[in-house]
Amino acid sequence: MKRVGSADRSNRPGTISRLGAFQFPGFGAVGRARNFPYLLLGIALIIFPLVDSDSSHVNVAADAGHWILLALGLNIVVGYAGLLDLGYAAFFAIGSYAFAILASGQFNIHISFWVLLPASTLVAALFGVFLGAPTLRLRGDYLAIVTLGFGEIVPRVFRNATPITGGVNGIVGVDQPHLPPILGWNGNFGFNPLPYYYLILAILGLSIFLINNLRNSRLGRAWMAIREDEVAAAATGINTVTTKLLAFALGASFSGFAGTYYASKLFVVVPESFSFQAVSVVVLVMVVLGGMGNMRGVILGAVVIYFIQTYLLIQLPNWIDGATSALNIDFLTKLGIGGYVQRSNYLIFGIILAGIMLLRPQGLIPSAQRKVELEHGTTDEAVSDLRGTA
Amino acid sequence: MRFFVQQLTFGLTNGAIFALIALGYTMVYGIIELINFAHGDIFTVGGFLGLTVIGLLRLDHAPPALILPGVIVVFAVAMVVNGLLGVAIERVAYRPLRNAPRLAPLITAVGMSFVLEGILFLVKGPNQVSYPNLMPSGSINLGVASIGIGNLLIIAIAIALMVALSQFIGRTRIGRAMRATAQDRDAARLMGININRTIAITFFIGSALAAAGGIIYGFYFQTIAFDVGFRSGLIAFTAAVFGGIGNVVGASIGGFVIGIIIAFVSGYFQGGGQWSDVVVFSILILTLVFRPTGLLGMRVPEK
Repeated sequence: MKRVGSADRSNRPGTISRLGAFQFPGFGAVGRARNFPYLLLGIALIIFPLVDSDSSHVNVAADAGHWILLALGLNIVVGYAGLLDLGYAAFFAIGSYAFAILASGQFNIHISFWVLLPASTLVAALFGVFLGAPTLRLRGDYLAIVTLGFGEIVPRVFRNATPITGGVNGIVGVDQPHLPPILGWNGNFGFNPLPYYYLILAILGLSIFLINNLRNSRLGRAWMAIREDEVAAAATGINTVTTKLLAFALGASFSGFAGTYYASKLFVVVPESFSFQAVSVVVLVMVVLGGMGNMRGVILGAVVIYFIQTYLLIQLPNWIDGATSALNIDFLTKLGIGGYVQRSNYLIFGIILAGIMLLRPQGLIPSAQRKVELEHGTTDEAVSDLRGTA
Repeated sequence: MRFFVQQLTFGLTNGAIFALIALGYTMVYGIIELINFAHGDIFTVGGFLGLTVIGLLRLDHAPPALILPGVIVVFAVAMVVNGLLGVAIERVAYRPLRNAPRLAPLITAVGMSFVLEGILFLVKGPNQVSYPNLMPSGSINLGVASIGIGNLLIIAIAIALMVALSQFIGRTRIGRAMRATAQDRDAARLMGININRTIAITFFIGSALAAAGGIIYGFYFQTIAFDVGFRSGLIAFTAAVFGGIGNVVGASIGGFVIGIIIAFVSGYFQGGGQWSDVVVFSILILTLVFRPTGLLGMRVPEK
């Protein structure tokens, strides 16, 4: 908006609306005053590693970043376009392996991270088109199964094609990004989580900006039209196959992008890390829990699930065991509740997925449009189903 | 030739298990157009229920004369309990969402799959659990090759259940109600059919057949684990799609065909075992792309 610059000079400083006049990228469409908390959050995220001296915290945050990126990408497919993709891990694997093969000692090819980041993203998007083009004409739930099948095929191919991918052992010694030396830092990413943190923060900021604009564009509105009524959308002149294909390919490219980052940060790529249980379901849970179609919700969902997985499920058993042994009740100690909690990963995910869809289908932070759609569908008919007819 | 017969027997036996699971997928899809994602795990639960009954009856140490009646009790109890589990899942997780957007029940189905898997993981642990084989040993010599009696019995049980099911759907009053509900739910309701009960019965039968499949799986492989349902379920779903989803005969044929394909891919190609799943899932994708109606399916209009 043009007025922003002049408004900055003329308005009284200090009020919330004054500060809100800064157009924080990515949230431009949200009300101005509401942007203020996000501005603070952004600043906090930039400062946080400088204040917090514990580098393991930065590392955790940098890892959480690629999950957020995955969730944002899947949200385009599931949340905006309403296509259930159960093989999201496949594109993540393709991005990781594309990078790992071309930037490691595997074939002694060492192409720069900055070249391969867009390249492997493109490869993942191409696979998205390759899978989507023939199958997106099918009914929605068939797509779920096709993607599930694809998600099973890809890691198996990587596991079996040992000469190229290193088989079960994967590829160890993946290259890490380099930058020209600045400010006394030699530019090597190495195993230092700090540069990765800022890299993923920058990527996330850019992605949020892009997706937000995309959602409000002609394409984004077409996605939502298809999600709500595909036949009606087609009748208004939307090319449903191309539009769905774009959503699918964009989602895949985010997954490939995240895969490249993941491979370079982790230093290793193994086929086991791309299974249905390890990635596809986890990301789906993040999107559903947060609120399909709502970016803030999805980011929150990703953070919550990541926290549950990497912290709560690991720490909680110790606390429980500590508590039961402190109480010194023989019966409780023998029961070993802590062990059960630690192993309840599957159960928790299942309950979140089913429970959210049944009790609060709009997720933690609802998308206004999606909420109406989901609630309207569930209440009025279901009630008559439960009471009547019998 | 000997090897061929051996692989064929393996394929048919394995295929019988896939076919029994595929029937549940195809029936549920036929009647409410839902891919019951939890069905693979219902199959695993059925297998474990059978194991529990075997343990309660101490059948693995029983005298030979008591094995046959014992096995019948095992099948009966596990099938009924598993059928009730299927009905409960439908009641809790799918019925409230029957008129919601199609994505919603599909996601709850994935959720229920994880709930079942999670419970099995907590109760039975992450490792393989050994399963007694109560099928008779010994084999019939055909000259060129010999076939195990256990294998023949498994195939016979599966085919008997399939025939019983298709007779049930084709000839009984409830079967007619099921077909009517599948064709047009609202019209069926107007004709006085109790839709909720009909759908519940469908889930009961599908889950009961999955339990039979689970017990047979246990007898045949002599081991079971909390997560076998994921892969088996996906393969069985492929079989259902391949045969034509919604079609009971198609699902049975699809199950056997997929079983034979897996057996031959792993038997005749160097290192084929690790590629057999890739082949099966490729068949799934190719079927959906080139012939989404499957071998025997009918065209379902997009609603």
